[in-house]
Amino acid sequence: MRRFAALIEQLDSTNKTNQKVAALANYFKEAPKEDALWAVALLSHRRPSRPVTTTLMRQWAAEVAQLPEWLFEESYHIVGDLAETIALLVQQDAVGSPPSLSQCIEEIIALKPQEEEEKKAYILNRWQSLDNFERFVFNKILTGGFRIGVSQKLMTRALSKAVNIEENILAHRLMGQWSPATTTFEELILDPKPEDQISQPYPFFLAYALEEGFQEKEAVENWHIEHKWDGMRAQLIIREDKHFLWSRGEELITDKFPELDCLAEILPNGTVVDGELLPYKEGHIGDFNALQKRIGRKTVSSKLQKDIPIVIMLYDLLEWEGKDVRPLPLAKRQELLTALYKKTKGEGVPLLLSEVLHFSSWKEVAKERERAQEMRSEGLMLKHKDSPYAVGRKKGTWWKWKSDPKTIDAVLTYAMRGHGRRTNLYTDYTFALWQDEELVTFAKAYSGLTDAEIKQVDQFVKKNTTDRFGPVRQIKPELVFEIAFEGIAASPRHKSGVAVRFPRILRWRHDKKIADANSLDDLKQLLP
Amino acid sequence: MAVINRLIFPFSYLPLEKEKLGMPLLEFTSKGIYCKQADVYLDPWRGVDKAIISHGHSDHARWGSKHYITHEVNVPIIQHRLGKISVTGKKYGETFSLNGVQFSFHPAGHVPGSAQIRVEYKGEIWVFTGDYKTQIDGISTPFEPVKCDTFITECTFGLPVFQWEKPKNVHDSINQWWAKNQTEKTSSLLMGYSLGKIQRLLKHLDPSIGKIYTHGATEHMTQVLRQFIDFPETELITRDTTKKEVEGNLVLAPPAVLGSAWVKKLGRLSKGYASGWMAFRGARRRRAVDRAFVLSDHADWKGLLSAIKATGCENVITTHGYTDLFAKYLREQGWNARTEKTQYEAETPETVAAE
Repeated sequence: MRRFAALIEQLDSTNKTNQKVAALANYFKEAPKEDALWAVALLSHRRPSRPVTTTLMRQWAAEVAQLPEWLFEESYHIVGDLAETIALLVQQDAVGSPPSLSQCIEEIIALKPQEEEEKKAYILNRWQSLDNFERFVFNKILTGGFRIGVSQKLMTRALSKAVNIEENILAHRLMGQWSPATTTFEELILDPKPEDQISQPYPFFLAYALEEGFQEKEAVENWHIEHKWDGMRAQLIIREDKHFLWSRGEELITDKFPELDCLAEILPNGTVVDGELLPYKEGHIGDFNALQKRIGRKTVSSKLQKDIPIVIMLYDLLEWEGKDVRPLPLAKRQELLTALYKKTKGEGVPLLLSEVLHFSSWKEVAKERERAQEMRSEGLMLKHKDSPYAVGRKKGTWWKWKSDPKTIDAVLTYAMRGHGRRTNLYTDYTFALWQDEELVTFAKAYSGLTDAEIKQVDQFVKKNTTDRFGPVRQIKPELVFEIAFEGIAASPRHKSGVAVRFPRILRWRHDKKIADANSLDDLKQLLP
Repeated sequence: MAVINRLIFPFSYLPLEKEKLGMPLLEFTSKGIYCKQADVYLDPWRGVDKAIISHGHSDHARWGSKHYITHEVNVPIIQHRLGKISVTGKKYGETFSLNGVQFSFHPAGHVPGSAQIRVEYKGEIWVFTGDYKTQIDGISTPFEPVKCDTFITECTFGLPVFQWEKPKNVHDSINQWWAKNQTEKTSSLLMGYSLGKIQRLLKHLDPSIGKIYTHGATEHMTQVLRQFIDFPETELITRDTTKKEVEGNLVLAPPAVLGSAWVKKLGRLSKGYASGWMAFRGARRRRAVDRAFVLSDHADWKGLLSAIKATGCENVITTHGYTDLFAKYLREQGWNARTEKTQYEAETPETVAAE
């Protein structure tokens, strides 16, 4: 635990990638293997299930610190992170020595079925046996979510240095659902057995947003162009007569889409495809909100299946006849994929093939991009015809060229403190539009301002608070921002009657007064 | 009467004793904290005829008043900051009278020359703390509690999450950090407030590790204080100072130098920053320094509470920091506490760099 906490502290105190990689690699080399495995798990968002509610943890911490609950809550709002608040409040001289990371997590796992009193005794005891930062890390493991500026990619790179195995191979081995409780460092990372890997997905290849000047440098005929469908990216695996469906977030979602079960028989073993899950009924692609409904449900009723049937729009072929075909050029993979699609296509087969579009100029491509909304896509994908299917986000061969966002000028009405790096700054904003004489909330946005602007807004919020609701401050309406968003749909669940997707701040409109902000009716004009 | 009030109405905002009777001894006006009877302001934020100053930080000792009265150690400090001013210096505990009101300065332990201001009139005593800390820093005269009826307190760190470590541990880790950097041929840039924090850091640096360089802003203030306090030797970085000379040594500078060309000229650096705000992980990460040291010249939560208890006061007025929360907590504990708005900057994680 001491070593792991020191690692997190080291990672925290630098924003230089090389130093982070070095610190991680050093840890992976020196830590006992069972600790290293848990570190890999935690840094790839795999944590033991929570043995106690945060409500209980708050109560106990307030009790140890001898504070009224309201003061505990206020402290939490100001610190912005529960694990850290507790670590700071229950400060006491450390007694005893801390356990190792794996030992500590085993204790946490064993705690789950116990009685509340026993849980409390254990946690209070641990708080006391750890120093300040260790206590923070311990609380983080309990409550979940390590946001420490270490991406999975960075962690994989460090691990690759430590164990001398190629990064791409490691990325593949670390995919999917595994737990240090059921595997070892040896089995998972150093020497995996092939039979354990039938559900193993490949890392997704992700595109960067298209850079300026791209079209001047590139010949249109070298590029494979298709729509960027507006659904949910997924990978379907058919191996040994079983099928596995993975989301981009590495969640196994096979059970959520029973209509795809038939593909285990339709597609040959040793096939892995990359595609987009889309709602598709009577020859038409449905909108993203429909898909959201499917994802949101724990169990899928047959009515829901009938109302919102799902298909996979195929993009790419990653494994064919049991062989990893990712290194083949895209054009070759497309050939295989098209042949496969033609062979399997039929009435009721939940497969579509993302159409490859042919253009003779970038001008024509730009025109096609304009059709995104009508096609129900988010814009276009440009992939180099020779490109292999790479790992993670890489620049150069795959680009997304999304439709221009829609924008609207809105008034800042509420602010909330941020998290992580933005703790104790007001960075999470609520925006409103005019409806008659009233400002009606329509969206929340967290990003888009520079650090300097965030500071300015933070100062404004602190000086112009008109009311407080826990962590939220109501602010005097004065600042106007241009908000950009991707999609828009009618929504009875929202007060404004409209739901927007990916709202973000495009710029601060210093030149506008609140009377110049847009109205809700202006927004509704944008509905398709 | 006050005792009864506290028992019956512990949660309500009660007017202070004297306010019920008429004029309070100190009132909060648009120019600053005003004593009408003596016609004098304490730490005014606008120019006034006569100002009594608690300490030399720029939000307390502001430019533009005709005459200043302050602790004698603070005289050269504010002269350095404000230039040619009319100023009188007093010793701690020395009483002076203005139109029947007795004033005296008492150690606040915040920075050298910092004082609490005691105000007494017709048996009623108010104390205004300016800024203070209960820790002993080795350069400022340690805080002394002063008995009073009404205590006007800062509460910059008036939240229970702030609990300072023993300063010795912090200074030890600073010296260890420096020594380790030296073995890696890296220079150590240690940043903090130019007045107070830097000298406190300097006082506890181990000169056997290497040479201590300074930035102009910190060097000048340190020179002002050398007449009162023994410090290790320092050398000002000039245009002629080379990277090679600085290598492995330590450089003291205000945080505003971060990202400047001045810093780039220093060569390979490990950056350290000392502030109470570094207790917050978010603040540490935003600052993006290599090492953050939690060291503050303000009282922490327990320090504030012990200071208030030691005054034996009935009334507390919180001025800057987490004022509302702190006052609410004090009311629950039985004090007659309220908040007043001032223009003292409750040093925030964001403003510390602006100094």
